[in-house]
Amino acid sequence: MTETTTQGTARERPEAPAGAGGRPRGAARTGPNKPLLGAVGIVAFLGMWEAVPHLGLVSERFLPPASTVLAALAQRATTPGLWIAVGDTLIGWGLGLAIAFVAAVLLGFAMGALPRVRAFTNSTVDFLRPIPSVALIPLAILLYGTDLRSTLLLVVYACFWLIYIQVLYGVADVDPVAEQTARSYGLGRLARIRYVVWPTTLPYLMTGVRLAAAVALILAITAQLIIGSPGIGQEIAVAQSSGAVSSVYALIVATGALGVLINIGVRVLERRVLRWHTSVRGEATA
Amino acid sequence: MSANSGTSAGADAANPGATTNHQGERPTMLKVTGLQKIYNGGANAVEAVRDLTFDLGEGKLVCLVGPSGCGKTTLLKCIAGLMPPTSGTVELAGQSVTAPPPGMAVVFQEYGRSLFAWMSVRANVELPLKEKKIPRGRRRELVDESLEAVGLTSFAHAYPWQLSGGMQQRVAIARAIAYEPQVLLMDEPFAAVDAQTRADLEDLIRQIWQRMGVTVLFVTHDIDEAVYLGERVLVLSSSPTVVQDDITVDLPTERDQLTTRQDERFTELRARVYAEIQQAKKSAGAAPTAAPSVAH
Repeated sequence: MTETTTQGTARERPEAPAGAGGRPRGAARTGPNKPLLGAVGIVAFLGMWEAVPHLGLVSERFLPPASTVLAALAQRATTPGLWIAVGDTLIGWGLGLAIAFVAAVLLGFAMGALPRVRAFTNSTVDFLRPIPSVALIPLAILLYGTDLRSTLLLVVYACFWLIYIQVLYGVADVDPVAEQTARSYGLGRLARIRYVVWPTTLPYLMTGVRLAAAVALILAITAQLIIGSPGIGQEIAVAQSSGAVSSVYALIVATGALGVLINIGVRVLERRVLRWHTSVRGEATA
Repeated sequence: MSANSGTSAGADAANPGATTNHQGERPTMLKVTGLQKIYNGGANAVEAVRDLTFDLGEGKLVCLVGPSGCGKTTLLKCIAGLMPPTSGTVELAGQSVTAPPPGMAVVFQEYGRSLFAWMSVRANVELPLKEKKIPRGRRRELVDESLEAVGLTSFAHAYPWQLSGGMQQRVAIARAIAYEPQVLLMDEPFAAVDAQTRADLEDLIRQIWQRMGVTVLFVTHDIDEAVYLGERVLVLSSSPTVVQDDITVDLPTERDQLTTRQDERFTELRARVYAEIQQAKKSAGAAPTAAPSVAH
């Protein structure tokens, strides 16, 4: 088992758990006021966006100025239509992510306990995993039409592999000393899974969830846009076909905002769940 | 639990003259017979431990020293039931050990990896007791007592990684004693802490051992530590390992980092163990073929 694991690790290393080394937290405090800089950046971006169509660099027909788009968004936000679309998108996103999560965790832990089965399924996984979810769109339409289930199929397929691979690495990463400690203190198989394997896997799992949360949103919107299942994507398609350019941009901005919120939410969750982990805890106090 | 009844026994166990015959005075707690461990690598199988036979009387503190790479850790894992020996047996209080027995606690050298970073100090100490199905009230008592014994009462809610190395190893010791083992196995527990902390921890172990009357098997590569701590020192040969010598440490029960280490007898014993280890290293090439050089 160890052999296949090390090989697997060498072949393709998953992203470091929980963004280890990815976020220079120390630098954020010593540098200039980061939130302020961020706000200035956004204002500058909006200013440019406003200026480009006004200066005639791009026709207003293709790129309405920021003020027009934001006004359109504000106007849409007062109607229930937008919020229903957001709700539908979030349902597709959340439900798909949840199904993928549960399936990936259950299967990943089972594979961790059954190294032979894992070796047996490895090649199949390597074949199925690179298939882009969007390639399944025709299949989704055939099976479920414009139903929510079409969105779910795409979201679950893409997210499952992301999380599953992380779980596989996580369950294989259990420290032998921790494992021996647990065994010497009489922890049975289930207790070891709960108190040793699960916490060891958690940083990997959270990385998988973080990646999958972003991918799930992309695929939810894609499914709505192409298949026409209800949600923001479908609204964009409708706005586009009726020539409401500023509405198209407004909805795109809305999806961007949704993505930012989802990312913040996942980060907060990660911080809470992994407060003991090296990636979050920072410097030890002693 | 029997650990309590042994409290008084533990104190007089260190009575110097009596240690020569460890068989007669009290029942054998740990018995290792003809233990052999061969790591299977097909053609290049490695015999880590050849033939080990020794026993520990109840309430004894015995140190196991040997040259580095002599299979100390292998031996300990076999004793702890974490690894099946190729041949030979381990018995704890007359019961054959095939899986980690409930009467045994192990303190590992790598405290940072042995403690669970995702649990507070208190939860770390309490977890084995939960699995042992000890009622909540008694659990709390045991955790409080053991944390007090190692002087970490005020750190119960900290995480292990917030503590220094020495403190972390004290948490591991607290976890071991809260488990109320009959035998406490320690695998080079102080090899990774600084010298001052190490001296403190050595005294802590002597103190806990005297108070609880637990049987301790302390594996170390440090000759001074072995002589300072033990009532008996077992010297192992190079791999493939046998027991090369069994030395009784006839130093007074009350040991002190300064005076004991300056004691003439301490120096003699230390020199003897040192010579044995040197010999063990020399004969490493010409591996011993017979049974252990010391009969029991």
